[in-house]
Amino acid sequence: MLDDIAIRVRQNVGIVTAVLLFSILYLLYNLSHPKGFSSAVLVQNGDEIFALAMLAMAQTVPVLASGLDLSVGAVMTMVGCFASYLLTGAAGGTPLHLDIFGLHVGLGTFPGGVSGILLGIVICLATGALAGFINGCVVVYGRIQPIIATLATGAVYIGIALFLRPTPGGKIDEDLNWALTNSLGDFAATVHIFDDGAASWFAPVAWIPVPFVLLILIALLVWVPFRRSVIGRAVYAVGSAEGAAYMSGLPIDRAKIAAFTLAGFFAGCGGLFLAIQTSSGNADIPQAGAYTLNSIASVVIGGTSLLGGTGSAIGSIFGAMILRVISFFFRIFDIAPLLQPLFEGLILLAAVSIGALGVLRVKNTLELFR
Amino acid sequence: MSSASLSLSRDDRPILIAALFILVILIAGTVYTFARFGSAPLLSPTYLLQQLQIGAFLGIVAAGMMMVILIAQIDLSVPWTLAAAAMMATSIGGPLAIPVGLGVGLLVGLINGVGVAYLRVPSMIFTLGVNAVMRGLMVAHTGGYAPQTGATDLMRMLAGDRTLGIPNALFVWIAVSVLVTIVLQRTTLGRYVYAIGNKEAAAYLAGVDTRRITVICFVLCGLAAALAGVLLAGYSTKAYQGMGDAYLLPAIAAVVIGGTNILGGRGRYLGTLIGVVLIVLLNSVLSIMDMPEAGRQVIYGLVIIFMLLVYGRGERVTS
Repeated sequence: MLDDIAIRVRQNVGIVTAVLLFSILYLLYNLSHPKGFSSAVLVQNGDEIFALAMLAMAQTVPVLASGLDLSVGAVMTMVGCFASYLLTGAAGGTPLHLDIFGLHVGLGTFPGGVSGILLGIVICLATGALAGFINGCVVVYGRIQPIIATLATGAVYIGIALFLRPTPGGKIDEDLNWALTNSLGDFAATVHIFDDGAASWFAPVAWIPVPFVLLILIALLVWVPFRRSVIGRAVYAVGSAEGAAYMSGLPIDRAKIAAFTLAGFFAGCGGLFLAIQTSSGNADIPQAGAYTLNSIASVVIGGTSLLGGTGSAIGSIFGAMILRVISFFFRIFDIAPLLQPLFEGLILLAAVSIGALGVLRVKNTLELFR
Repeated sequence: MSSASLSLSRDDRPILIAALFILVILIAGTVYTFARFGSAPLLSPTYLLQQLQIGAFLGIVAAGMMMVILIAQIDLSVPWTLAAAAMMATSIGGPLAIPVGLGVGLLVGLINGVGVAYLRVPSMIFTLGVNAVMRGLMVAHTGGYAPQTGATDLMRMLAGDRTLGIPNALFVWIAVSVLVTIVLQRTTLGRYVYAIGNKEAAAYLAGVDTRRITVICFVLCGLAAALAGVLLAGYSTKAYQGMGDAYLLPAIAAVVIGGTNILGGRGRYLGTLIGVVLIVLLNSVLSIMDMPEAGRQVIYGLVIIFMLLVYGRGERVTS
């Protein structure tokens, strides 16, 4: 029994380290925060963490198949721009039109109200998944290296986002914004369930922030079943030895397409939330780039190998949370904003370098060149 | 397939196709300007030289990037290496400006190289961290504002002036190109670079100090980025925040469009040169067409995918 646990810990040493590091950092953060351990702080942190956590999950799946998706930030931005048109929740619906090549094409009215919002959410998530699916097809059928293929498709997605929102704008239904970016109690009160959140059995969980619940739900309902499916295992197999996976008759092509599609879906979730949180769509190219790069950093900190084959999206969530908590500390310790990028970079370098110190113990230099 | 294209080597085909595509861009752009304005600016030598002058900065960055891609690594620290070199050069000023700027590039390249070669951190993540550190250092150094110091006369002369009607920046680009071509084709270093890109373990067993070569490649890339930064500061008479951001992805794209394998070990410098010209001309045609940023991004992405679909397809893994 103990041996079993020891083996499991050894196999998942990356994730365990990430979880421990996050726990320590977050405990320290709450201890040094004047309002630490309160629902308000938790809610604020949850809102700031969610989008990056989703992008970290998105990045993990192609990385597991030893690809890299440089378009996750672009997909996030594009989906956010779609959301800023489709989730206005205006009572009479939202008239949509397309201005292209000097033509003005009416696209009818997108329904408003609750059903319109739900439909909008589905369309946004489907858009993200579709973008990922296209990435997968370009990589698999075009046989173009993932890193360069997604660099190119990312440019296309950013272009679409810029086309939709040349300047930041749009609007998101206020109730939706309020319900998803606060605690469970506020959510229940906004959507009028559980006696508007006043039910006595509901009180013990009412303080939990909605973003954390969403994160756990997505991890449990999407990631875990995927990880256990044949396709999910094939993704890991492709990442550790593509040739062997092919010889074993695994569905390599489908696994790769599924990996990129899931990445697009997760990135879409992140974009949707970011749009809801900021109540607008913004085709911000530097922001998209920063999210993409931070997603790669989260994946590495979360214990997933960039060579593919080992790791987990759960670890990446903790990687993303570590990155974010570090920036929370800047606020607490009142570090000049000007010095923050320097510290972020140094911490990232320190983390990956310490993780790499194992090479100093390698006796046979050949083992370095995998 | 005709016998002419069969006789082309695997490395020449991308170069030829990219060159043909440049012609297509020129013709399409000229047809457009002729129909719309009744003139053909794209074919005037003055305009082309001016575009190439702007392209020189990208060309120099791409030359360095190619050295790193050839050994199957990547350097994401280029944007802030470029900016840091420019900012340091302008703030030091005087005759030491250019050496100090290049020194910044050398130092960053050295750090990148040691991290990637000796610590074996994936270059993708290590250079990303170095980029963040350089950004942090520069933001702290300038206070986040545009630096008030200007470029020295020598920097302005190298980047902005013309000799015999030809921009000096072009001469610098040509010098860098000649140097890279000689290194890749005529020196043992060049042979080692291709060998490492193909299989580092094999190169190591053949007696190549692969880690030292890796460091050298990163140093060359850092130097190239710094040189581009110094020149760009000279061209715009000052350094500014984020001046390198627009160079990272186009540089990678130029190298890859030129037929260099992103997994390393294969590719010719002539291809990179053609790739840079292609991207510069594409940009200038799109700006003549008054294409909004959205359309530019879409076309830019589609062109990369299209070019790679034509000649950049990988092999199927079957064993």
